[in-house]
Amino acid sequence: MDNKIIELKKIATEIRLGAVEAVYSAKSGHPGGALSSADILACLYFSELNVNPAMPDDPNRDRFILSKGHSCPGLYATLALKGYFDRKELKSFRHTGALLQGHPDMKAIRGVDMSAGSLGQGFSAGCGMALSAKISEKDYRTYVLIGDGESQEGQIWEAIMFASHYKLDNLCLIIDNNGLQIDGKVSDVMNTMPYESKLEAFGWNVITIDGNNIEEILSALAKAKECKGKPTAIVAKTIKGKGVSFMEDQAGWHGKAPNEEQYTQAVSELNEYKNGLN
Amino acid sequence: MADKIATREAYGNALAEIGALNKDVVVLDADLAEATKTITFKKKFPDRFFDCGIAENNMMGVAAGLATTGKIPFASTFAMFAAGRSFDQVRNSIGYPHLNVKIGATHAGITVGEDGATHQCNEDIGLMRTIPGMVIINPSDAIEARCAVEAAVKYVGPVYMRFGRLAVSVINDKPEYKFEIGKGIRMAEGSDVTIVATGIMVEQALIAREMLLAEGISAAVINIHTIKPIDKEILISSAQQTGAIVTTEEHNIIGGLGSAVCETLAGVCPVPVVRHGIEDEFGKSGPAKELLEHYKLNAAGICEKVKLALSMKM
Repeated sequence: MDNKIIELKKIATEIRLGAVEAVYSAKSGHPGGALSSADILACLYFSELNVNPAMPDDPNRDRFILSKGHSCPGLYATLALKGYFDRKELKSFRHTGALLQGHPDMKAIRGVDMSAGSLGQGFSAGCGMALSAKISEKDYRTYVLIGDGESQEGQIWEAIMFASHYKLDNLCLIIDNNGLQIDGKVSDVMNTMPYESKLEAFGWNVITIDGNNIEEILSALAKAKECKGKPTAIVAKTIKGKGVSFMEDQAGWHGKAPNEEQYTQAVSELNEYKNGLN
Repeated sequence: MADKIATREAYGNALAEIGALNKDVVVLDADLAEATKTITFKKKFPDRFFDCGIAENNMMGVAAGLATTGKIPFASTFAMFAAGRSFDQVRNSIGYPHLNVKIGATHAGITVGEDGATHQCNEDIGLMRTIPGMVIINPSDAIEARCAVEAAVKYVGPVYMRFGRLAVSVINDKPEYKFEIGKGIRMAEGSDVTIVATGIMVEQALIAREMLLAEGISAAVINIHTIKPIDKEILISSAQQTGAIVTTEEHNIIGGLGSAVCETLAGVCPVPVVRHGIEDEFGKSGPAKELLEHYKLNAAGICEKVKLALSMKM
């Protein structure tokens, strides 16, 4: 296997380890969506994004918004790995007075480009960032990760219209299509699929991939960059809780912390996978 | 006194003027550019004007995103939709990260007129006041509206500006007039009672003062154009001097200026405060001027409240 792919798989596993540790330390939080999107975050922060942890406010940096802000254990683990802050902060995630808030706070946390958590909102801010680049003729790109449950919010479709209307080809939307939300399957709670025909009808370029496959993610991000005149959406089919056997594809692990035994097992499974990579 | 002009008209004109001086100013609207008067800016700077369509929530988020990159976005729509529909977006995407977004909310209060209750927002000040760090400005005339826009551009942080549809008198065309965010303006001295007014009620307060004088009552008039942060000093000193307060606003008596004044004085200088405004009810259709009479949002209505306040004085 290509060294870069192995490296990104290791990083994705480190992100998963960090996310699980954060949620375990907090005794609350959202592991499922953090685990489903870990491969996407690894590819973004360790291959795609033009960002420098030493200059988190660089006006020319690429932007990333975690619109599904509850998945922040994954984002925090990623930012720590990238060097925005010390990894030990993960241990005080959600604690009173700690740096790492239950949902991303751009004012306090280095590397967070937008506060998010009230679903549907981060994506609109991403449209504003992409629009600003167009106005100022800057080259940076903006990436937004939303959840499939989140796409039930009307504001998501307002933003989908907006990005297409203003031809924001510097904007890339990634849908973490893990198919589960708090109350069960997205298709049972309030079906949002099919994304492809809907997004195409709204004027978007759409790429569907296995969102837990590093090669497919990298290839989709490259194709998104090449597409001009309209925004690109990557429909990333993922497995909620990916990497931890007992959390995989279980709606119950959307917002629940593992107990000690479960945590030990999760860490052991993830380490075993990581050590097997070469 | 100059011709009457709506504060929304002054808002549009100010945007167009300031837009020429500051290239970071970007204007967003939600299909109401003709009504909010952002069309004046759009005509001059079409490249910095973005219609978001009838999708206010997305507009607030887009404004937030623009602000993170150093732009100074003015997001414009009716007060009902800016503060009401988009409360969550304003709170979470603008207020919580304290982003440099300016909200130009027009058609506030009952002077929307014929459109009726669904469009007459009497709750916006109350809603916006609960967001930490939000500056709220409610100008009393076209001059003050222009100054508010100018000050909002200079101030770094979220600002909610409230403008009206109805053409109103120009009352601040005086050489000594000075606008500063958070500073109330003593419009007239008085010793028996203080009328604390905001927005279009400032003119009515001045008229009421003349009517009261004829009856031997001396009323001070204070213009509170910035409802948050409120000018505590001017309120406390005038409460101490006159011993009674009447607040007047084109807004529900719950949550707006009246509440802000009560909260300021309670525990510091608890004099009788009588709140004049919309008495916790919805508006209705009708010509704006008739509605002002119907709801007693006029000088006579203020005089009644002043007498009530005086009767409560120890």
